[in-house]
Amino acid sequence: MVFRDVLNSGKFVVTSEVAPPKGTNLDNLRHHIDLLKDKVDAINVTDHQSSVMRFPSIGGCLAIKEQGGEPILQMTCRDRNRLALQAELLLAYSRGIRNVLCLTGDAVPVGDHKEAKGVFDLDSVQLLKTIRLLETGKDLGGNDLDGAVEFCAGAIVTPEANPIEPQLIKFEKKVEAGAEFFQTQGIYDLDNFGRFMEYARQFPVKVLAGIILLSSARMAKFMTENVPGIFVPQNLIDELAAAPKGEALSRGIEIAGRMIATLKKDAICDGVHIMAIGREEVVPDILAAAGM
Amino acid sequence: MKSITKQKPFDEIKEQLADFDRVFIVGCGTCTTMLKTGGVDQVAEMREKLQELGKRVSGEVVIPTACDEMTEAVMKENSPAIENAACVLVMTCALGVHRLSLYLDRPVIPALDTLFIAMEDTPGYFHEVCAQCGQCVLGETAAICPITACHKGLVNGPCGGTNNGKCEVDKEKDCAWTLIYQRLKEQGRLDLMRRYFPPRNYQVVPRPRTLKIP
Ligand code: SF4
Ligand code: SF4
Repeated sequence: MVFRDVLNSGKFVVTSEVAPPKGTNLDNLRHHIDLLKDKVDAINVTDHQSSVMRFPSIGGCLAIKEQGGEPILQMTCRDRNRLALQAELLLAYSRGIRNVLCLTGDAVPVGDHKEAKGVFDLDSVQLLKTIRLLETGKDLGGNDLDGAVEFCAGAIVTPEANPIEPQLIKFEKKVEAGAEFFQTQGIYDLDNFGRFMEYARQFPVKVLAGIILLSSARMAKFMTENVPGIFVPQNLIDELAAAPKGEALSRGIEIAGRMIATLKKDAICDGVHIMAIGREEVVPDILAAAGM
Repeated sequence: MKSITKQKPFDEIKEQLADFDRVFIVGCGTCTTMLKTGGVDQVAEMREKLQELGKRVSGEVVIPTACDEMTEAVMKENSPAIENAACVLVMTCALGVHRLSLYLDRPVIPALDTLFIAMEDTPGYFHEVCAQCGQCVLGETAAICPITACHKGLVNGPCGGTNNGKCEVDKEKDCAWTLIYQRLKEQGRLDLMRRYFPPRNYQVVPRPRTLKIP
């Protein structure tokens, strides 16, 4: 089933993601794709995540297609101007990629090519609009396309952002620009997320809660202190810290599984997006812990 | 408005002067004096450093405002000393370097890097407020410029990197979009933040940019 139909089927949707390698050795990437492709509804491929130069997102999506999975092409506005972004959408469509996640992109100085020029010719809202425009058979220059595109377009939102209102305004702009689904930044506080969902429910979009695997108490603390929009409640940090030596990761898998199970049981949102960040091989364990 | 400059690493200046044994130094009495990068004291310091290097400094002058047309007269006044030099080392911003090069046949070497154009918020603290984008949006952003104050120059609201009012590139730096949000909210104009801004025109005046008053 194509991803848009899955989103609209009423089923609890599960997506996950893989990160392309720095280099041309695709063994690991292909291994992760094989592990995930039948366990999740679609797989995101990150686009130079954290502004670190890697094998391109579209290359990873093509590998997913070859291996029989459903890819979600992550596209940031950091590295390409409007010509290059539109061209890549044409290429993606022509090769059977039907899902795009539109992001602004991390800042250049956080990555590994600190002196590069950040492009940001478009932003995430404008990129969503561009997709909808290309679908009408026109490009941003007002010219006709010989063969248009059609995408299931998504975006991201950060339910833990502080202050939250600017974030919600941007969320609504993304909805108006044509976003059909949202994958959220990692969430851990289900009460706060529930409040966000009460608000988000008024819009005709599907929301997949971001689940980032916690691998240790230290990592959880680090994320709370350093990653924008991430807040890990103290009781989860304590739970990880209390795990016997060598078992923090399995405790993290348990926590992720438990959260997914609750989100699903209480029908809080439409699905989850699982980010295992370098530990993709445990995604099936997380799903098993969630009873899925 | 001030042109913000920083002295180049001395090794770079040394390298650029490698082929010249006699140097004339020019400073500016306006921005680089205020920035302490090209005033009377910095020009004197540079003279001493060049002399230590074994260069002959044939003269020096601090022009009141190096970027304006009075500079031509100052160059004329100093022409004997300038003619005695193999090059002119310029401790003004790049506008001054351009201006000088109009009047000199000698090679003109900048000693400073021109960083940005800024306002002085508090004494000694300079803050870039405008990047001369050609399409001013300040009316819709509560007079905070998203092109310069936002690291990514975003016009449709904050990115996902904003954190407790700070920018993802620097925990000390305010997120422009939090500031814009707060000020628009105070003004009861948050509806402006909901407005969609289409892709910007980067060719308002195609580069190189020029303008002639009719
Ligand atoms: S929007 Fe910003 S950069 Fe553009 S003219 Fe206005 S202040 Fe300057
Ligand atoms: S955190 Fe704020 S200022 Fe920094 S890039 Fe994002 S929107 Fe711009």
